Amino acid sequence: MSSALCPEIPTPGFSFENCKRNATLAAKGFPTPKATKTGTTIVGIIYKDGVILGADTRATEDTTVSDKNCQKIHYLAPNMYCCGAGTAADTEMTTQMISSQLELHRLYTGRVVPVCTANQMLKQYLFRYQGHIGAALVLGGVDSSGPHLFSIYPHGSTDKLPYTTMGSGSLAAMAVFESRWVPNMDEEAGKKLVRDAIAAGIFNDLGSGSNVDLCVIRKDKVDYLRTYDEANKKGIRQASYKYPKGTTAIFPNKTQEYKIEVTEETVTPYTMDTSS
Amino acid sequence: MAMMNDSRPHYPDYSTAGAVQHSFNPYADNGGSVVAIAGDDFAVIGADTRLSTGFAIYTRNQKKLFKLTDKTILGCAGCWCDTLTLTRILNARMQMYEQEHNKTMSTTACSQMLSTMLYYKRFFPYYISNVLVGLDTEGKGCVYSYDPIGHCERSTYRAGGSAGALLQPLLDNQVGFKNMQGDAFEKVTKERAIAILKDVFISAAERDIYTGDSIVINLITKDGITEETFPLRKD
Repeated sequence: MSSALCPEIPTPGFSFENCKRNATLAAKGFPTPKATKTGTTIVGIIYKDGVILGADTRATEDTTVSDKNCQKIHYLAPNMYCCGAGTAADTEMTTQMISSQLELHRLYTGRVVPVCTANQMLKQYLFRYQGHIGAALVLGGVDSSGPHLFSIYPHGSTDKLPYTTMGSGSLAAMAVFESRWVPNMDEEAGKKLVRDAIAAGIFNDLGSGSNVDLCVIRKDKVDYLRTYDEANKKGIRQASYKYPKGTTAIFPNKTQEYKIEVTEETVTPYTMDTSS
Repeated sequence: MAMMNDSRPHYPDYSTAGAVQHSFNPYADNGGSVVAIAGDDFAVIGADTRLSTGFAIYTRNQKKLFKLTDKTILGCAGCWCDTLTLTRILNARMQMYEQEHNKTMSTTACSQMLSTMLYYKRFFPYYISNVLVGLDTEGKGCVYSYDPIGHCERSTYRAGGSAGALLQPLLDNQVGFKNMQGDAFEKVTKERAIAILKDVFISAAERDIYTGDSIVINLITKDGITEETFPLRKD
């Protein structure tokens, strides 16, 4: 029993209390609502001085676009960022939670957390839920041993790669990398390559769209380039859609007069005794 | 020892796997949207030019408007292979009519024929959203819209295809002047109809992943058919 003095402490982890009810409802023909998926293009490369991550900004619910400009490059630590594809809530929550654990880890050890630590934490967390947490991630960062790039799959397997792509636009983006990526690229060439890979996803994959976000992580500095390139401009309106005054129907006006009696009273300020 | 003479088959206690049912889906959803607006002396129809499946684009440049006569145009969205078959048969029927009756079909006759052609395939329908526009025998613009199995409705404006549900309320307001008060609303002109048509497609391309790339617009007046294209976003 909970009370004001002794509140019930919520149990850690997920709550499964509605599972049975929802299964019954689904069996009776009331399906569970669909989650927002980010049919996505996310990529990452290693270049001369660090890592460049890239993402598009479209979020979809089935065949409709639910967010035209969402952020898919998530903050993990000052030296680490993570792109997320898959179920929007899962990528968001997973990166937030790992980010908090990484900060505690940094405080405890008193040094910059290595990227492989974040990779290990993410894969162990995702493996525990056997793919039910639908997060496909591209993790990139720079630590004392240099730049690192990982791709992490929803079931918990990971790859350590020099260039990688994920999401529904991964094939289009990988085609660009396979033809143009070379070791030790300079920053401008790297940014152009990542932009072109994301643009390939934006234009050739219907699940990806809108703008290109970039994140350049170097040893001492991070550039989060939100809307690095506006790949698509919205069409220009042809006609005017101003409604004439009085177009919206309203309920008839009714004025009610209230009789108010006004009494005036003067209040003298009272000084509080503060001597003791 | 008495012989067991039981002719009943013996079933094991545990359940056996039943017959495995395989299924084949002959339909594909290739997306696309069609919008049509009719006025007193004109009819205008537009369709986007994106042909896609799932998350992939087949082509960015596929015309989905089919000229049936000098006064009638059909717009199709949905399963592209069904569109190809339907329009092929439709063209044959148009030609047969012309040769038998020595005149071209009226828009109303076209609308009726399309309805029967769709209902003929009642239990294996064409998966197409059809919108037929044209000028009737009095020269008035008209729009006919269909469900996949031949239900036909005449109206003055219609949105069909993958963004149909998104666009119809917008047309209800801007062309049908629904949910508005006052008497300052004049019927839409040709120019206004084309502008609205372009604008609704701009909006559809923003939110529907199957609508985009460009639109082809056909305007039918007593002077004939004019065609124009208008670019849309390509993501």
